[in-house]
Amino acid sequence: MNVRKTLLVASVAALAAFPAIAADPVKIGMITTLSGPAGYLGQDIRDGFMLAMEEGKLGGVPVELVVEDDGLKPGQGKQIAERFMGEEGIKLFTGIVFSNVAGATVPDIVDNDAFYVSPNAAPSNMAGKECNPNYFVVSWQNDSLHESAGQNATNLGYKKAFVLAPNYQAGKDAIAGFKRYFKGEIAGEIYTRLDQTDFAAELAQVRAAKPDVVFQFHPGGLGITFLRQYEQSGLMKEVPMVVAEPSMDGVTLAAVGDAAIGLNVTSHWNSDFDNAANKQFMAAWNKAYNRPVTYYASQGYDAALAYASALKATGGSLDDADAFREALRKADFESVRGKFAFGPNQHPVQNWYALKVEKGDDGKPMLKTVGEVLKDHGDAYAAECKM
Amino acid sequence: MTLFLEQMLNGVQFGVMLFLLAAGLTLIFGIMGVINLAHGSIYMIGAYAGTWVAAETGSFWLGIPAALAAAAVTGAAIEFLVVRRLYGRDHLDQVLATFALILIFNQTITILFGRQPLFVSMPDVLGGSVELLPGLVYPVYRIAIIAVGLLVALGLYLLINKTRIGMLVRAGSTNREMVRALGVDIRLLYTLVFGLGALLAGLAGFMAGPILAVQVGMGEQILITTFVVVVIGGVGSIRGAFFASLILGVVDTGLRAYLPGLLRQVMVGPEADALGAGISSMGIYLLMAIVLLIRPKGLFIRNS
Repeated sequence: MNVRKTLLVASVAALAAFPAIAADPVKIGMITTLSGPAGYLGQDIRDGFMLAMEEGKLGGVPVELVVEDDGLKPGQGKQIAERFMGEEGIKLFTGIVFSNVAGATVPDIVDNDAFYVSPNAAPSNMAGKECNPNYFVVSWQNDSLHESAGQNATNLGYKKAFVLAPNYQAGKDAIAGFKRYFKGEIAGEIYTRLDQTDFAAELAQVRAAKPDVVFQFHPGGLGITFLRQYEQSGLMKEVPMVVAEPSMDGVTLAAVGDAAIGLNVTSHWNSDFDNAANKQFMAAWNKAYNRPVTYYASQGYDAALAYASALKATGGSLDDADAFREALRKADFESVRGKFAFGPNQHPVQNWYALKVEKGDDGKPMLKTVGEVLKDHGDAYAAECKM
Repeated sequence: MTLFLEQMLNGVQFGVMLFLLAAGLTLIFGIMGVINLAHGSIYMIGAYAGTWVAAETGSFWLGIPAALAAAAVTGAAIEFLVVRRLYGRDHLDQVLATFALILIFNQTITILFGRQPLFVSMPDVLGGSVELLPGLVYPVYRIAIIAVGLLVALGLYLLINKTRIGMLVRAGSTNREMVRALGVDIRLLYTLVFGLGALLAGLAGFMAGPILAVQVGMGEQILITTFVVVVIGGVGSIRGAFFASLILGVVDTGLRAYLPGLLRQVMVGPEADALGAGISSMGIYLLMAIVLLIRPKGLFIRNS
């Protein structure tokens, strides 16, 4: 009895003496895709984000990252967001990989005065008319991925392109984005299926149309399948290919191997970028994880840096939402891609680069940066955004 | 003309691939009355085991026995541990249990191999392409798939029609109770059939490796199409599964190849492309619906 009393008194005294230590960490809710074939995307975003957390802190403020798998289901993403905001009282969100999940989840988050920093998906509607002061994107606007590929094909002097993408919104956006910046003629246009496993019928049509160049958008496993079959059909030797980064990330490259050599890729980031932030990121990645790095990981890392910059500016306080928003908008952090700023719709204004798949020194194919494609490129929807 | 021939070859190749999966599924469904959703998982396990062994040993050929063994062992284990308890239950219980197996296998593979798709190499003999006819260039590997598929079909034909086991299998798919009443060890027959189905699925998985992405969930992508084959061909009929696979492969490929072009004759380009892609992705299901209307038991089952 006495002992218990003494302990109680002691602990009360201890609490009174060090009030600051008892402060709860700032919670950050990460809703991302961790299961299924696309699970590696969410995994890389999560692991990239965690690399930026030094000893559980972002910008010197203790944070707690709460991660949940949306299973690539829009409904599930929305439910998790509601639970995070209700039960857990989370105010800061990030993580969503896919545009369809983002479309169902993000409006709910920002309408409840919470913040969302997108490490990947940025559909066109949310960049234009439906933009929101609490919605930030550190990756890119979806279209600009493919606009850069179109510009790259134009720069490389191709006149006649054959384009292929899956028959869903992102696929249609991809083709529209490519056409916006490709100055040549379109020799053919095919919409494939999202669950397609065999592309022989499409490849035969490509061969028959005899284009100068093929542009295709097939993310994840679809892209691996497409590239393998393209190479096996002998087309890689006849018709060069231009793609944007979703069709050729570090993981796709490791799975496809030599079949990808000669491929033209456009990206806003590459592992060989020569800046201090990127070198630090790459060193940390290679130390922590024994697997190929993808641009998804770099985006997760940048999302964490963005939150870190705002948390540092407000000293970890979220009470004044306007001050936090202002701090976030400044983009006061060293992005791993180099130059970075938010445009008027809080989407990135950044450079796009041409990469080429070549044989590296160790004999394995690697993505090498060969030049710049677009400078200080924003997106086509910023003008429609009234904030 | 060469383009048309090439597209037909593509259709046959796709059909042959479907047949390897559908053969096992239709036998299991037809003889044991079990809906085995985990069939796609066995396909995935075959692909992973074969690809992993091929990568570790550096020999593509060693991957084949590894894929077959892994698939057959998994199949027999599923039958012994789970499915055996479900023969008497209704289909909903079977669907639940085998769906749980899909989740378990997917997660196990994720833990073992990670979420990244595997790299698959191909032997030089099978790489590249050959000119079959002037102007008709076709990948060697796809020709090999067609050859293996047709050989398997022939082997199954002989097994089902010329052997004692085949006789029991045929009898089992027509009247299970009678076979049991005649004193046949139906349990052994079930395990054998399940193992055989798994073996074929594993073979299909390994052969698909070099042309598809070897990744978690690869089985579910193709499982639905396989069920369509089983329904069109008639449950329990290997012959039905064979012809239905080929029909489906050719129809699906033909629609994808020619429908957008045909629609473009009557409407503007982008709309024709989108509509064509939409209809061609529905094509096989429309075909299934029509078959179900006209011959509810499938194309190759005699209505009695």
